[in-house]
Amino acid sequence: MDIPYDLLVNALVAGLLLGAFYAAVTVGISISFGILDIVNIAHPGFIILGSYLAYIINARLGLDPILVSLLMLPAFYALGAVIYQVYYASFEKRGQDSLRGLAFFFGLLFVTEVALVLVFGVDYRYVQAPYIGPSQNIGFVDLPLRMLVPGVVALAMVAALQLFLTKTFIGRAIMGVAQDQLALQLMGASPTRIKRTAFAISIATCAVAGALLIIIQPVEPSVGREYIGRVFAICVLGGLGSIPGTLIGAMMLGILESFTSTFYGPSWAPAVSFGVLLLVLAFKPSGLFGR
Amino acid sequence: MRSSTFALICVLVAALVYAAARWFGNEYVFFAGYVVLQFIVLATAWNILGGYTGYVNFGSAAFFAVGAYSSIFFHKIFPLPIPVLIVIGGVFSGLIGLGMGYLTLRLRGAFFAIGTLALAVVLQTIITNWSYLGGARGAYVLRPAEIEFIGPYIQYLFLLMLALAVFALSVARGIERSQLGYGFATIRDDELAAEASGVPTLRLKLIATTISGGLMGMAGAPFPYYLGYVQPSSAFGLEYAVNAIAMPMIGGTTSWVGPLVGAIVLASLQQWATVTFSSELGVLLVGVLLVAFVILAPKGIVGLVQGWRRGKAGS
Repeated sequence: MDIPYDLLVNALVAGLLLGAFYAAVTVGISISFGILDIVNIAHPGFIILGSYLAYIINARLGLDPILVSLLMLPAFYALGAVIYQVYYASFEKRGQDSLRGLAFFFGLLFVTEVALVLVFGVDYRYVQAPYIGPSQNIGFVDLPLRMLVPGVVALAMVAALQLFLTKTFIGRAIMGVAQDQLALQLMGASPTRIKRTAFAISIATCAVAGALLIIIQPVEPSVGREYIGRVFAICVLGGLGSIPGTLIGAMMLGILESFTSTFYGPSWAPAVSFGVLLLVLAFKPSGLFGR
Repeated sequence: MRSSTFALICVLVAALVYAAARWFGNEYVFFAGYVVLQFIVLATAWNILGGYTGYVNFGSAAFFAVGAYSSIFFHKIFPLPIPVLIVIGGVFSGLIGLGMGYLTLRLRGAFFAIGTLALAVVLQTIITNWSYLGGARGAYVLRPAEIEFIGPYIQYLFLLMLALAVFALSVARGIERSQLGYGFATIRDDELAAEASGVPTLRLKLIATTISGGLMGMAGAPFPYYLGYVQPSSAFGLEYAVNAIAMPMIGGTTSWVGPLVGAIVLASLQQWATVTFSSELGVLLVGVLLVAFVILAPKGIVGLVQGWRRGKAGS
């Protein structure tokens, strides 16, 4: 097959930008699933919720979606804290967090999706912002600002989380919970409180990821389902709970998907992430950068 | 009670159900009843894997759709009677279930659940891109309006699904009372300990995934004839996956009674909500009930009733 050189480079650049965005979508799962062992399948549902809030405020008040998402952070943080509290009281404390906990999050995912369908219908929604539309050209490489701006915001968020987890006391305590809960208790820290903070942060990332999503593509309630495969594929690929691993996994998947839709057609793209997930789970469950 | 006696009672109850439906004389009863019965089969099938062995399957819709699409495939090549199609659909989805069983070699708990979700999306993408089966546009099936001896075609489908429900319940109860059922329970309670005590866990898990997947496919096989039109997004609909989990969870996962009760309650509730309000509200109810039950009543309706009886006996 003779592949034009500029098409290849364009697909690669598009894949990198897409990958940066995927990292923002996945980083929350890396914290909740990777570090805390809470299988939050509802994560993409909260991302879509973030998209819709960005859409409503953007449509009503004309605020920039990214600014809206930053204003939403405390609300999503509180939502995450409440969900963790319910999860802890109903499942973790009783020691039956596996099967029923899964069903709980599956139910939450479904309830958010159907509730959004009931309120907004199944029409695609989009936002208005000055950087949606124009693109920047460097030589023959096409850089749509619609992808570039979310990519940069996503990288900033991932970097900030990595700094938080490695440099601050609470961040290190969160990493500690994953390794040895008992030791943390002996140091005088409450594992439940640390986990609640961590889970709340993971849900807070959904506000930003949701706004980025609706900048990149129009959103309808069931879009979240496609992201279940992506986030778990990236999370497992990146070795569960490693933020740099998440970034690299996201970039790999972004490039793979971009190449698939460029050379085979976009209808095959959803299978890529799930296919990668199945292969990784079957052959290297610890991921490429396993802990 | 012996299994044969149980099957006989099931057949008698089924005959009563059919007689009652005919007595109503309204076509809608058969249309709604078909859906309820279909969910009894799906919920029972899910519970054989999820309730007995403790492996959560999020991909029920995929097995259902494999059954439906195998019917379409054969409908195009060579029209076969529906009972044969049901068997064929069961074989295909049973084979996919067997493949899913091999996933359990490496995947436990949440990873297995996510793996089944992945399997469903991969299958959906393949079917969406398979133009012979209609692709994303969907496929039509023309069904005759009447059938000999029974009358309207919908009654024929209703009877088939009724028979399938009896079959599924007998299988589930048979497993429960057999050595197989005890083997499944050891896997659910502690797989490592079971393996160490010489329980052939892999073989048992493969049996469970195959039976569970096969029954789901059998429930899906008559689906194209019921609707007359199938498209990937309807056959792979998330509501099948959610219902297949919600019904056993809400009914109770420990015995065959739970999925039966859960399916009858939830499917009837959805039919009522669909007719009175909208189908979205029906599925929203299922989601809310699922979340409420796993938090408040982890043993389901069956557990609630048992607790209530025990409380009465104790006081």
